[in-house]
Amino acid sequence: MAEITLVEAVREALAEEMERDPSVVLLGEDIARYGGAFKATDGLLERFGPDRVIDTPISEAGIVGAASGMAHYGMRPVVEMQFIDFISCAYDMLTNYSATARYRAFLPCPIVVRGPSGGYVRGGPFHSQNPEAAFLHTPGIKIAYPATVEDAKGLLKAAIRDDDPVLFFEHKYLYRRIKAPSPPPEHVVPLGKARIARAGRDLTIVTYAATVHKALEAAEQLAREDGLEVEVLDLRTVLPIDDAAIVASVQKTNRVLLVHEDTVTGGIAGEITARINEQCFEWLDAPVRRVAAHDVPLPYAPPLEDFVLPQTSDIVRASRWLAAY
Amino acid sequence: MSPPTDELLALYRWMRLTRTLEERLVALYRQTKVVGGLFRSLGQEACAVGSAYALERTDVLSPLIRNLGSMLVKGATPLEVLRQYMAKGDSPTRGRELNIHFGDVTDRHFVGQISHLGDLVPVMAGITLTFRIRREPRVGLVYVGDGATSTGAFHEGINFAAVQRCPLVVIVENNGYAYSTPTRMQCAAERLADKAAGYGIPGVRADGNDVLEVLRVTREAVARARAGEGPTLLEMMTYRRKGHAEHDNQSYVPEGEIEQWAATNDPIDRYAARLTTEFGVSAETLAAIDAEVAAQVDAATDEAEASPACDGPDALVGVYAEPPAMPVLWYRGDAARAVEAHERPASWGTHDG
Repeated sequence: MAEITLVEAVREALAEEMERDPSVVLLGEDIARYGGAFKATDGLLERFGPDRVIDTPISEAGIVGAASGMAHYGMRPVVEMQFIDFISCAYDMLTNYSATARYRAFLPCPIVVRGPSGGYVRGGPFHSQNPEAAFLHTPGIKIAYPATVEDAKGLLKAAIRDDDPVLFFEHKYLYRRIKAPSPPPEHVVPLGKARIARAGRDLTIVTYAATVHKALEAAEQLAREDGLEVEVLDLRTVLPIDDAAIVASVQKTNRVLLVHEDTVTGGIAGEITARINEQCFEWLDAPVRRVAAHDVPLPYAPPLEDFVLPQTSDIVRASRWLAAY
Repeated sequence: MSPPTDELLALYRWMRLTRTLEERLVALYRQTKVVGGLFRSLGQEACAVGSAYALERTDVLSPLIRNLGSMLVKGATPLEVLRQYMAKGDSPTRGRELNIHFGDVTDRHFVGQISHLGDLVPVMAGITLTFRIRREPRVGLVYVGDGATSTGAFHEGINFAAVQRCPLVVIVENNGYAYSTPTRMQCAAERLADKAAGYGIPGVRADGNDVLEVLRVTREAVARARAGEGPTLLEMMTYRRKGHAEHDNQSYVPEGEIEQWAATNDPIDRYAARLTTEFGVSAETLAAIDAEVAAQVDAATDEAEASPACDGPDALVGVYAEPPAMPVLWYRGDAARAVEAHERPASWGTHDG
């Protein structure tokens, strides 16, 4: 069976959903004739025509607003942010307009806003961001952030079929570094369900996106060198958070390390810490600890970026601290 | 050729209904029965009514806070407006939103606005792009004020609509003030209609207090849009005779300015005079309309006052299609059951719902 990359999984999900549902349309900067900055939409203009694959002006707020209007009248638009860093330009439209549409006016607003995110790629402060936490605080929005080829395809399909606005983050470090057999067209991964990426009984690492792979590397090393059986829980969807999966794993291992690539202050790990505290405090044998990016804009130079971002060695060190507590 | 009499009288009736309903809202506001702020369109009724009258039933309208009249023309009822202002449990938004912030995109086709000015321009670009893609002969009309033309969303939306040749009419109601800021402090251009040139679309300035003029220029823009010729920017010159909201004492307005407009350029007075002198409508006919409108507002007021209040736990319903309600926080005891009582089917508010 032919293997595909994560960016190809995105393209397959888009094409299959467009094939399945004529209301699915794509909007974005340079996505049609050029096929997108990362070629996620390459070839789709030729397949589906200019009414369904629409090149737009550089107007992130305008595109998200237009997509919302289209969604009110029966379309399911998928908007590409050329880099997810630019989603900040559409923050007002997403948080005030799109996210509130159902609640305040019973307007259906099934839009997906997707784009390449994340660091470890020497992209500098404006092409490396992980802005998911900025939207965690917005009732009405859902956020998916896949770590695998299978989830990229299955979660994007679920996002497109969802009846509410979904932000879909695609880690560009993973775009072409991981491969897997192409999942079949009926492969849909429900939003809000975490996945045990590796089972273990000594310690739980809760994470998502690119750091899932670093956590798995760390778990491998800890098994080899320390005899520790680490469980890695891949959230897959950061809003809603799968509380049940987190609580079940904490009740099994009694120690938990939260890992994300986003900066530590105000990051999703803080919210998960509060939930663990509220829901399974008495099951803990050690304090909940976090490994996340340092609180700085992400710098460009390799020694700086590597210092700021969480690395596999950081996860190993933190896990040993927790195991020994 | 003069317009048909039923059209002439309908325009008068919608303007009178707008004013009478707002005057009733002022009375209710003073009785503290209006829960939040009250926003008037006194002196701007011709702009809202004349432009909305140019639309067909299936065309879509996106009103602004001073476009109550346009919503009435499009089928919103005084009862809905009264319940909305009075925060009733059976109001169009079930108490979730204030004033005329409500919509109906399944039958009467007006879109619930938000307070972030300009944001509805890209939304309406998207709605009308949908019509263009589906080859439906439908048109959209979006209102902004002079102030909203300074926002990024206005620019992004009108530019996108122009590039995509969306069947959209953009009306800038230039009423002289954005809250307390006069138009000359909002924009250095003499004419806001001139902004159209920057988007490669026609820009037209019209007398927004002449309802027949408003109807005429809007009809032309709607016809252009329906013919596939793209957006038009219309600047309607009018004047905001009340404050930003009812609390605002308008201390920033030069002395005599409001009185001058009220005395010489009230859109309803002007139109009533034209109807009687130019079109041969009797004063009795207009008085009968006034009485009929007043009775309608009286009846709607009685019904709205009898409407039930909102029920607290309903606040958690309908943020998402799925789950249908958000969880009650732990410190609220056994309120979860009350939320369940309010839940609607998951398809509610979706296309097949």
